Amino acid sequence: MARQTLSMFDPALLWPAVLDAFRKLNPAAQWRNPVMFVVYAGCLLTTALWVQAVIGTGEAPAGYILAVTLWLWFTVLFANFAEALAEGRSKAQAASLRGLKRETMAKKVKSADASADWSSVPATELCKGDLVLVQANDTIPADGEVIEGVASVDESAITGESAPVIREAGGDFSAVTGGTRVLSDWLLVRVTVNPGETFVDRMIAMVENAKRRKTPNEIALTILLVALTIIFLVVTVTLLPFSIFGVQAAGAGTPVALTTLIALLVCLIPTTIAGLLSAIGVAGMSRMMQANVIATSGRAVEAAGDVDVLLLDKTGTITLGNRQAAAFLPAEGVPEQDLASAAQLASLADETPEGRSIMVLAKQKFGLRERDIQALNARFIHFSAHTRMSGVDLPDSQIRKGAVDAIRAHIETLGGRFPPGVLRAVEEVARRGSTPLVVADGSRVLGVVELKDIVKGGIKERFAELRRMGIRTIMITGDNPLTAAAIAAEAGVDDFLAEATPEAKLALIRQHQAEGRLVAMTGDGTNDAPALAQADVAVAMNTGTQAAKEAGNMVDLDSNPTKLIEVVETGKQMLMTRGALTTFSVSNDIAKYFAIIPAAFVTTYPQLGALNVMGLASPTSAILSAVIFNALIIIVLIPLALKGVTYQPMGAAVLLRRNLAVYGLGGLIAPFIGIKLIDLTIAATGLA
Amino acid sequence: MMPHAWTILGFYLLVLLLAAKPLGSYIANVMEGRPILALRLGGGLEAGLYRLCGVKRDEEMGWLRYALAILLFNLLGALAVYALQRLQVWLPLNPQQLANVSPDSAFNTAISFATNTNWQGYAGESTMGHLTQMLGLAVQNFLSAATGIAVAVALMRGFARHSASTIGNAWVDLTRVTLYLLLPIALVYAVFLVSQGTIQTLDGYQEVTTLESGPASVAPQTQTLPTGPVASQEAIKMLGTNGGGFFNANSAHPYENPTPLTNIIQMLSIFLIPAALCLTFGRIVGDVRQGWAVLAAMTVLFVVMAVVAMSVEQQSNPLLTSLGIDGSAGNLEGKETRFGSAESALFATITTLASCGAVNAMHDSFMPLGGFVTLWNMMLGEVVFGGVGSGLYGMLVFAVMAVFLAGLMIGRTPEYLGKKIEAHDIKMVSLTILVTPLLVLTGTALAVTLPAGVAGVANPGAHGFSEILYAFTSAANNNGSAFAGLSANTPFYNILLGIAMWFGRFIVIVSVLALAGNLAAKKRIAANAGTMPTHGPLFVMLLIGTVVLVGALNYVPALALGPVVEQLMLQSAH
Repeated sequence: MARQTLSMFDPALLWPAVLDAFRKLNPAAQWRNPVMFVVYAGCLLTTALWVQAVIGTGEAPAGYILAVTLWLWFTVLFANFAEALAEGRSKAQAASLRGLKRETMAKKVKSADASADWSSVPATELCKGDLVLVQANDTIPADGEVIEGVASVDESAITGESAPVIREAGGDFSAVTGGTRVLSDWLLVRVTVNPGETFVDRMIAMVENAKRRKTPNEIALTILLVALTIIFLVVTVTLLPFSIFGVQAAGAGTPVALTTLIALLVCLIPTTIAGLLSAIGVAGMSRMMQANVIATSGRAVEAAGDVDVLLLDKTGTITLGNRQAAAFLPAEGVPEQDLASAAQLASLADETPEGRSIMVLAKQKFGLRERDIQALNARFIHFSAHTRMSGVDLPDSQIRKGAVDAIRAHIETLGGRFPPGVLRAVEEVARRGSTPLVVADGSRVLGVVELKDIVKGGIKERFAELRRMGIRTIMITGDNPLTAAAIAAEAGVDDFLAEATPEAKLALIRQHQAEGRLVAMTGDGTNDAPALAQADVAVAMNTGTQAAKEAGNMVDLDSNPTKLIEVVETGKQMLMTRGALTTFSVSNDIAKYFAIIPAAFVTTYPQLGALNVMGLASPTSAILSAVIFNALIIIVLIPLALKGVTYQPMGAAVLLRRNLAVYGLGGLIAPFIGIKLIDLTIAATGLA
Repeated sequence: MMPHAWTILGFYLLVLLLAAKPLGSYIANVMEGRPILALRLGGGLEAGLYRLCGVKRDEEMGWLRYALAILLFNLLGALAVYALQRLQVWLPLNPQQLANVSPDSAFNTAISFATNTNWQGYAGESTMGHLTQMLGLAVQNFLSAATGIAVAVALMRGFARHSASTIGNAWVDLTRVTLYLLLPIALVYAVFLVSQGTIQTLDGYQEVTTLESGPASVAPQTQTLPTGPVASQEAIKMLGTNGGGFFNANSAHPYENPTPLTNIIQMLSIFLIPAALCLTFGRIVGDVRQGWAVLAAMTVLFVVMAVVAMSVEQQSNPLLTSLGIDGSAGNLEGKETRFGSAESALFATITTLASCGAVNAMHDSFMPLGGFVTLWNMMLGEVVFGGVGSGLYGMLVFAVMAVFLAGLMIGRTPEYLGKKIEAHDIKMVSLTILVTPLLVLTGTALAVTLPAGVAGVANPGAHGFSEILYAFTSAANNNGSAFAGLSANTPFYNILLGIAMWFGRFIVIVSVLALAGNLAAKKRIAANAGTMPTHGPLFVMLLIGTVVLVGALNYVPALALGPVVEQLMLQSAH
């Protein structure tokens, strides 16, 4: 995906947006926004009144009606422009995604056999279940699952990450995405999606779908805005009979002009927020895109703002992914070098950073070098989630390394006994926050390898921020409780789940949800899928399996688990921006009353001139200034709507006090100043 | 404001808050059916009533059934009052043989008393027989008050319950409120009023010879003194924020409000239950601070309005002082000299903030700014203390709205008392807040446009507009007080105001119950540091701001053409 970020008012976006603003004058488009539709209807009415004034006798001077009419049309256009600008940014992102969908040819094979013949078919014709062969320099034609082969894949088109990644059959690295490119070797891929449903298709649909569904909060807010509009409609419509009665009673002046009433109506109804509402939504999604997170719906982004509990995997999120072997702690009567040697043998086939660090430590301490695997006649036992051990079978020994419980169970089934000295060492290591790896040969325990976990820099501060936001962090780890507790303390998380199994994760999420909390989590493995599906906000890593991606409601293209925090902030920002602009919009009305009410009725009751606290030059300029302010404020606030109100992690009460002061009080005061300035300008130029 | 006025206000608040706390707990106990003494004493009677009416006490109702029960109950009440008025000449206990009430006036009065409005287009002593007063009006005073409290408690349950489909049993709630709360207090209160000189009799009106008919006078002078069962009706009139007086002069009449002591007790009894219900709310939702916060918001608004009204009325009309009239006692036009300007202004503030509508002075004769305060108080939506029950449920609706706006501003789906505020809730909140301004403004617009409406206006100019605006504001908000000066006992006003009262009451009740049902069905969300606290001063300010802002946005133009322009004219005339 193209990563260049377009500046807010980039000319490349500006002109299409201006054109779109006019295109959106179509009544069908206006109808979708009830508040702006009222403005639209008002525009048509004042236009008609102006025509009447030009060709015959109007209810007010034609120049005045024309000025009001023009600015009312500008109000509609400005709102259209805001929406078009936000959509334009999204469309630019979608266009860059669509580049991935160029017509590629797929090498379709009939059976799961890499040597079988293949036929060339267009990628768009591939269906779920088809098998394709992808060789070096081929583009992967569709999303799928690797069933055979290992290859390095360039996924930079999707993730922006230039380093190639390894994709292989089985395990958590078997998912491939259409549009990415195989750099070396080959893969046999089973297509997992039908045409039009691929990941890229979904992303494009998400980004450019103009008819995006409104989020629950947006719906609630729209209801409130419509209610306000109805009230103001009644307030202004009833003003006409009130005014006629007043004229009769006072025997002076003329009833208020329809143009003035329409101007008042448009000023009062919440046009500011209504005009910017859809821009805020589109911009929110687009901000997520910039953060390289694809949400399946706006609803998911919004829910992120409400999250109370974050479940974070320890490894990769809280600690650096790779633990380092730091010490060999032999059992009583075992020379340290024997332990190191056994540990090294068991790690020969272990390509994980931990495994490699054991090799490094053994080499550093005792000069043990890698041995010839063939000569050893070794059979390697790979780690499985079930046994939670790995190791090597040699002709004369069976070396295993693994977590203390796993090894203990292992040697006890072999009739061995777990020495208490090693148990103490295990506890000691765990208390330090390191991971104890027990090494055994047959039923004999050789000792413990201390694997040190390295907590990421700055993560503690991040968690403190989250706590201030009212979000609890829970660390999920397969470690034993002692280890987990030490790391939890070092990283500053609120709680931890040790020795986590998929079932335990699911139970934890359910428990928090039952207590009325919203839970967010990240995951990548297939075994995370149930928990991801259960969590309210689930961010799947793009490197993760297809199952994990299907279960989540967001996918992080960077596969950075810490991103969850940014997702939460973006969700909050979207809500805050809507709330702030609504408050601002409604607070504005007080000043508009002070501008328009005296101006509209001063001919009947000259005493009402006392309410002209802004000292506006004339009734005409007062009404016009209010209308112009109302239109211009939409343009002024577009950057805020697109960027969002800045979110700072702090307690709800502090945040509310700040935002009430800025947008509530500011909303009361700003229009007094704005209207006065516009009035001064109008008076100076002698326009009214 | 004079020191005397401050003292009265301070004393009033102190006694009110002291009395509200225990009463609030008592109401919570009653409504939750806890085994307190009162429930054990009245248990037999209560159970007997349920058996008689076939009510199953433990049967819970969903919001729709609850709302239908409330509507049916009040419809029957209105029909009964209508029938009593239309047939009174043939019924007993009508010693003056007062004629049957006209259909339009009977319609208006029946709705007025069923909706807790107690707008009176008629003059009590020359219209209603004793039976109509006792069996019709006084009974509705109890039942309309019970309706308000029951609905408020149903809404409290909506907040307190979670994942529930029901909000209580309407029949049980109505019975308990009447039996354990309204009847006992009203009984004691009525006896107290009698001790102070309020009358209570079933006899006919008394012919008395006046002092002027001494030997020096040419002919004996006699006067008819209307009498009746006043004390029993007066007690619930205040306690249930009804406000419909036995006499036309309402609480300015010495038989209704005989002494300074009864005057302050009457003022206290208007706010007593509305204040206590705030604390009941705190108890039922399990966090008393929530109740105090709502009460604090109400109290602050009340004090501000009371200070304005008292200050204004303690000044004299500049147009009169310029004629050389001593104005040191304040503006006494339309006021009882027994009560004076300060206590009349305080009474007026209380009666218009609570949807009581009883008056001990004529609001029409207040200074424009004083009249503005009474009008503005009602325009706030009768949520500052407000009617019994209705004030609290109205205020809670405003709280939900305040929370919605503020909640968005802190970046969370808004929640109040652990309940997420979603689209359906906002729909009901909007409907509740929308309906009264709609009725007030369209009603006023019709009245100032149609000849039948304009015909009722006695005062020319802006004041005539204020009178019509006041009438519709009072009716739609179920207050019932009047700017005298508008001849409202005409078919036009009787019917239009009747419609405003009915819909102003029951559209709100149905949408509040729908809100309660929807809230009860929700899960409860746990609070954390990211949750907006709804019990601190910040929330109190926010709630006040929301109430004032909504009121102002709805009514500023109308107010500008009525009392505001009157005040400005007075200033310029001065």
